[in-house]
Amino acid sequence: MSETLTFARAITEGLRSALESDPKVLVMGEDVGRNGGVFRVTDGLQKDFGEDRVVDTPLAESGIVGTAIGLALRGYRPVCEIQFDGFVFPAYDQITTQLAKMHYRSRGRLQVPVVIRIPYGGGIGAVEHHSESPEALFAHTPGLRVVSPSTPQDAYDMIRAAVASPDPVLFFEPKGRYWSKGEVAAGPYPTAQAAGGADVLNRARIARPGTDVTLVAYGPTVATALKAADTLGAEGTSAEVVDLRAISPLDVTAVAESVRRTGRCVVVHEAPTFLGSGAEVAARVSEECFYSLEAPVLRVGGFHAPYPVAKLEHEYLPSVDRVVDAVDRVLAH
Amino acid sequence: MPHTPTGEPDAAPADIAPVDVEPLVQLVSPTGERVVEPDNAGYRSRVDHLTSEDLRALYRDMVLTRRFDDEATALQRQGELALYAQGRGQEAAQVGSAYALAPQDYVFPSYREHGVLQARGVDPVDRLRLYRGQDHGGWDTEAHNVHLYTLVIGSHVLHATGYAMGIQRDGAVGTGDAARDAAVVTYFGDGATSQGDVSEALVFAAVNNAPVVFFLQNNQWAISEPTSRQSRAPLYQRGEGFGIPSVRVDGNDVLAVYAVTAEALERAHSGGGPTFIEAYTYRMGAHTTSDDPSRYRERAEEDYWARRDPIERVAALLRAEDGWDDDWAAGIDREADALGERLRTEVRQLGAPPTATMFEHVYATEHAQVQTERAWFEQYENETNETTGATR
Repeated sequence: MSETLTFARAITEGLRSALESDPKVLVMGEDVGRNGGVFRVTDGLQKDFGEDRVVDTPLAESGIVGTAIGLALRGYRPVCEIQFDGFVFPAYDQITTQLAKMHYRSRGRLQVPVVIRIPYGGGIGAVEHHSESPEALFAHTPGLRVVSPSTPQDAYDMIRAAVASPDPVLFFEPKGRYWSKGEVAAGPYPTAQAAGGADVLNRARIARPGTDVTLVAYGPTVATALKAADTLGAEGTSAEVVDLRAISPLDVTAVAESVRRTGRCVVVHEAPTFLGSGAEVAARVSEECFYSLEAPVLRVGGFHAPYPVAKLEHEYLPSVDRVVDAVDRVLAH
Repeated sequence: MPHTPTGEPDAAPADIAPVDVEPLVQLVSPTGERVVEPDNAGYRSRVDHLTSEDLRALYRDMVLTRRFDDEATALQRQGELALYAQGRGQEAAQVGSAYALAPQDYVFPSYREHGVLQARGVDPVDRLRLYRGQDHGGWDTEAHNVHLYTLVIGSHVLHATGYAMGIQRDGAVGTGDAARDAAVVTYFGDGATSQGDVSEALVFAAVNNAPVVFFLQNNQWAISEPTSRQSRAPLYQRGEGFGIPSVRVDGNDVLAVYAVTAEALERAHSGGGPTFIEAYTYRMGAHTTSDDPSRYRERAEEDYWARRDPIERVAALLRAEDGWDDDWAAGIDREADALGERLRTEVRQLGAPPTATMFEHVYATEHAQVQTERAWFEQYENETNETTGATR
């Protein structure tokens, strides 16, 4: 059984499923209760599950994550909402210094199954600090899982797996895709171990098969890569689109398998390319696919400049044209 | 003006933190006499039930904590520990507060709470694994209801508050069942009060009415910075600003510390919410074994506080109330000697863990990056060992 849902609603239903399946699951954040979140992702959950389980917190991100860690140590599974990407940094210390390391430093005695949902990325004409893509900063930290869905079905499956997983998960939601629609099928709620090892948290998926070039993307840029593949297809170039789903762990096996077939690779993300997740993909592809590569790996992404004013964001963000241009360049080799 | 143990008035040297701050809950004077005043009657009643056996138990844990401190410091000097943070002078604040805890209560310490760990029964050798560089934690947190030490200042105060919010959700507050109602005590220092996380914890605890006791040990020094570099107002007032009942207690008076903590825990257990306690004490030692206090504080100040040693105060009280027995005290000293011997032997035996442990427990479930790098490293080690063997 499946139904058509927006991307945002798919997450809502995933959270609802988690709250129904596990009495230890909590949702907490600024405005997530009565208001249902500024993007309405938690709409209706407080009404159905009460103020103790869907918690309007004080306006303090470090406090949200820090108390979530304490709740997790007491046996709860908090799902924190950070209202916008650019507001996560007050919690950066708690996330990287405490949350990421608790399981390790306790030699596995203490689990902290905290999920941190972060609406991220640009393209919605927002003001400063509301359009950023800080995922690589977290993926660089051992102990955290970092994922980003690109379809409503993955959004539903991945939020449920993230909540059920025994590890902390940074869940990056491409806010520009919140209103896109797709079919979502429900399934059984995963166990903790099954969730941690679930494909949706660990394995890339082939979003579109192709033979001439591999486009690697995740979250918001999967749609961009698919559109570029359409354009390229009309020109006679067959592009394969790999949706990473997870940046940590990075599914190097799937990417390498694709690039060995196509011989060419272009990575697309909204974050600045310098030291971004695309740099890691390029390094891994050069290690794994050296004798299959017909051209250097290219990256298409944000520039090494702060996210620009909204009136310029479409020149900053990786566009279909820039992806096609990069593909033309790797094909020219 | 306070008096020396010999009864002479003892003025604080100029420019140092005075001991005679007001208000200050005190039940035993520095010379070991009970302080009986109308405004401490409520606190006096909270220690009425403590017998001389209880006082001896407090004395014993304080002495063992002091010996642990001295031995650990010596072990660091001998190169057996990477670092050690001394707790000397804070034994009354730590042991007295820990004595007020119910078994089901939970502790979130900073990294200097050796007296709390002593009172909660954490094994002395396990307490030093972190400082030996052998383990990032060292003990089973669930076995003692004591969380691991947290080295980043103030971070754990939020964890404590979240844990207390979990206790609320478990329905373990305000049931009236003394074996069920639970609370959290979190320890931090004067320096930590400047951290945003501590203020955020006070906000979260206050608006949620969480069963958490904020136990501030104001030991006057954050490495080299005096409390005047952290706050313009007395620190106990910090809690009041958040709507949290607050009290300042003589942190070198083990009975007063016990009494104020018992009051705070009673409030938390019964659903009355958080309390902020400032235990006014003194860091008699260095910040850590890497620190040299002579660079920033006067010897006169150290001497002044040395005359207010919390262990001497309990001993004086026991003597004054016929609770002292030389044979018993000698037995405690022998026990301390045995503790020292055990530490000297067993800490030295704590070797490096197997190399593979650096890859263990990074995640609770398998993670491709860790697996790949671990496999590579193990192969690298094997090949290196083979090569080394071949050239021999």
